[in-house]
Amino acid sequence: MDTIKTEYLKEKFNELQSETGANNLQSWRNEGFRTFSELGLPTRKNEEWKYTGVNRLFTRDFAIPHQGEDSISAEIISKAAIPGASEMNHLVFVNGKFNKALSHFETSDDFEICTIEEAYNGKFKEDVETYFNKSSEVKKDSIHALNTSFMYDSLFIKVKKGHTVPKPVYLNHIFDTTQNHLLASPRSLIIVEEAADVSIIESYYTHGSMDSFSNEVVEIIAKEDCHIEAYKIQNDNPNGNHVGTTNIRQVGKCLVNTVVISLNGGMIRNNTDIIMEKDANEAHMYGLYFLKGHTHVDNHTLVDNQKPLCFSNELYKGIVDDYATGVFSGKIIVRPDAQKINAYQSNKNILLSATGSVNSKPQLEIYADDVKCSHGCTVGRLDEEAMFYLRARGIDKDRARAILLKAFADDIVDHIKLEAVKEYVEGLIAERLELHD
Amino acid sequence: MSDEMQLLEERANREYEFGFTTEIETDTIPKGLTEDTVRLISKKKNEPEWLLEWRLKAYRHWKTLEMPKWAHLKYPEIDFQDIIYYAAPKTKKAQPGSLDEVDPELLKTFDKLGISLKEQKRLTGVAVDVVMDSVSVATTFQKQLAEKGIIFCSMSEAIQKHPDLVRKYLGTVVPMTDNFFAALNSAVFSDGSFCYIPKGVRCPMELSTYFRINQENSGQFERTLIVAEDGAYVSYLEGCTAPRRDENQLHAAIVEILAGDEAEVKYSTVQNWYPGDENGVGGVYNFVTKRGMCRGHHSKISWTQVETGSAITWKYPSVVLKGDYSVGEFYSVALTTGAQQADTGTKMNHIGKNTRSRIVSKGISAGKSQNSYRGLVQVAKGAENARNFSQCDSLLLGDKCGAHTFPYIESKNNTAVLEHEATTSKIGEDQLFYCEQRGIDAEKAVALIVTGFAKEVMQNLPMEFAVEAQKLLAVSLEGSVG
Repeated sequence: MDTIKTEYLKEKFNELQSETGANNLQSWRNEGFRTFSELGLPTRKNEEWKYTGVNRLFTRDFAIPHQGEDSISAEIISKAAIPGASEMNHLVFVNGKFNKALSHFETSDDFEICTIEEAYNGKFKEDVETYFNKSSEVKKDSIHALNTSFMYDSLFIKVKKGHTVPKPVYLNHIFDTTQNHLLASPRSLIIVEEAADVSIIESYYTHGSMDSFSNEVVEIIAKEDCHIEAYKIQNDNPNGNHVGTTNIRQVGKCLVNTVVISLNGGMIRNNTDIIMEKDANEAHMYGLYFLKGHTHVDNHTLVDNQKPLCFSNELYKGIVDDYATGVFSGKIIVRPDAQKINAYQSNKNILLSATGSVNSKPQLEIYADDVKCSHGCTVGRLDEEAMFYLRARGIDKDRARAILLKAFADDIVDHIKLEAVKEYVEGLIAERLELHD
Repeated sequence: MSDEMQLLEERANREYEFGFTTEIETDTIPKGLTEDTVRLISKKKNEPEWLLEWRLKAYRHWKTLEMPKWAHLKYPEIDFQDIIYYAAPKTKKAQPGSLDEVDPELLKTFDKLGISLKEQKRLTGVAVDVVMDSVSVATTFQKQLAEKGIIFCSMSEAIQKHPDLVRKYLGTVVPMTDNFFAALNSAVFSDGSFCYIPKGVRCPMELSTYFRINQENSGQFERTLIVAEDGAYVSYLEGCTAPRRDENQLHAAIVEILAGDEAEVKYSTVQNWYPGDENGVGGVYNFVTKRGMCRGHHSKISWTQVETGSAITWKYPSVVLKGDYSVGEFYSVALTTGAQQADTGTKMNHIGKNTRSRIVSKGISAGKSQNSYRGLVQVAKGAENARNFSQCDSLLLGDKCGAHTFPYIESKNNTAVLEHEATTSKIGEDQLFYCEQRGIDAEKAVALIVTGFAKEVMQNLPMEFAVEAQKLLAVSLEGSVG
């Protein structure tokens, strides 16, 4: 067995720290690296990482991007981009670093985009100090701490009070692995103020034949009466590995919808955390993992009901084929005195192949009594009666199967509110199912 | 204060019924655990060499292990050197031949607990093996059972009289290296029940073990082994109580069940160890490993448990479904009140083809208690057409308690169909209102609704137990309303 190497990270970390000089978020990085050194890589004995072994990724020597421009050709950017990107605020991340020069976006007084370094050294110092790197979920996990250690050219977005961002914000992550294995650490802080409205889309693309490992953290602060749509579309190459956390703090009463679509990639782990810090928050979380090959997708969700009257609904669906593994681990926490909570969680899986596997762990942790919480989970095969129904009507086996799977997937895809993105995902699924109209 | 309130108050302050101690001479060994302790226990029990070796091996393995920490439980570190590992009521004869030879003080104890060994003989038709502290004090109906070829006796007796059988099956379902407490138990187990049902025999009566901790500072480590050969059937009951004490006592037992082709074993537990007072002082730590192995085809193992006692319950009666067409069932009611904590559930390992399992778990939490369900349903690659249905419902009474669900579902077979559902809620206001409107007071209404909530599980208990369990549930609930 290959040995797991992390010692060299220390060296790289020191290199990066000396390059960046004082004042530049150094203390956060220091804190992050300290946590990482203390905790080490999570093993499978760690309940949160029971079904996903992230360690084996570290048998490689990862290159870690330095300060300075990592460039990539326009051709690759457009190849990586989802259709309709030109109509969006298209933010390009190269090797985990937000690259302003390659991005196309329109800012205004109500809608600011810059790097966290700029925000911290400029007029948003207070925002960064108040909200950056504050979530306990992010801080206590060693993989997240590793992101904090190596973040550089991180993204800062602020949507001001009452502003509706006219174009969706699209984070196009590109990883150049033509030369080395790459460890990228994209980091974002998005503040959505009172009654503002924004949609955020993320996608990932690995260019090159070596392995990429993107270790991402997105912190979203949602204030009173705002509305956020957050989508993640994963259709990377099999050498693209990803651990990503979207941590959404609902600091005021607001509405958040998330959709995570995972279709291709290597080892993928998505953490979607919703922290309901005020009364009467609402969140809807949807996920679809439609896997083949050796792809491993682990969806981890957390709904932390800290205050009364919150509502959350979660639906994650999985179709697992070939040697793939689908994991769902959801957790609903209802804190003491957070009464009148309604929280629902559902995970449905179809296992298509004899070599794939599905692991599911829908959990409830409830410390208040006046609540309605439920979860459900199923693992099974395609409904034989439904197959028979279709085939009795002259539809051949493959097509019948495709129709049923598409219907299964549509439950999730329908929740994507941006038409262009929805069409794109529908197209990818139809392609996978070889379903041509 | 109204009469009703007064009644409620009285009930609320009602104490653990079985909290008395029996003044009886006991043979104990000094506190602490070393290789010598293991040797001493083995020697006291006059065990064969192979068993001592087996115990020592377990002890050495245990030394290398650390106490697991993953359960959703909070308790202080246990000092394993501060426990008495062997305590036996002194009897004049080592093996009482008949009930008349049993110490009358002992018989009185069990009379008080509602298990009259003498009456039992005539009335109920249930064979009982009674375990006090570390040793079995009496087994009834042995003769009648022996006529059918059934062996039902204490583990110590089995080791003396049927060493081949014990040697063949001991540790085959729960190996000594299984987990921390299994290793500890394997090293120091003192007694327990042994039950062997030969081929094709249907056990004519319910077999039952009654466990009682009496001695202070002692831990109870019993080991039960049930072997049902091809085509055999047995229904087995287990009950437990302990005196009230301010320190925590450890109970780390092992139950092993083996079912051959077309055999069926039904194992029912009513667990009522001393739960500690409402502030969480004292009580029994109930850390038990229970596992059944459906070795043969069409075999069936069914666990039914009513858990009302113990300061901390940490156990997962599980079934390994190895034989094709085998069936595993788990029915559980776990009630926690006061400062009790429970982390309990089951494991179903589907290995054979066409195996089925069913899990029904009902958790009721009241007071400041924490009640968790933790269950694993695992389908191996070759387990074609495996089928599982799990349902875990939690009921919360009061706003200071917690109810948690941690199910693990792992499937590696595409023909398997697994379903899991869980709900958590409090008693519906409308249900309560409906009852109260019809003249049923709040407390009775809660008991009624809870009984209904738990009915699916209660129905699976044998008659004799169902009545007791229902009473126990009602008594435990008293004072938790309002």
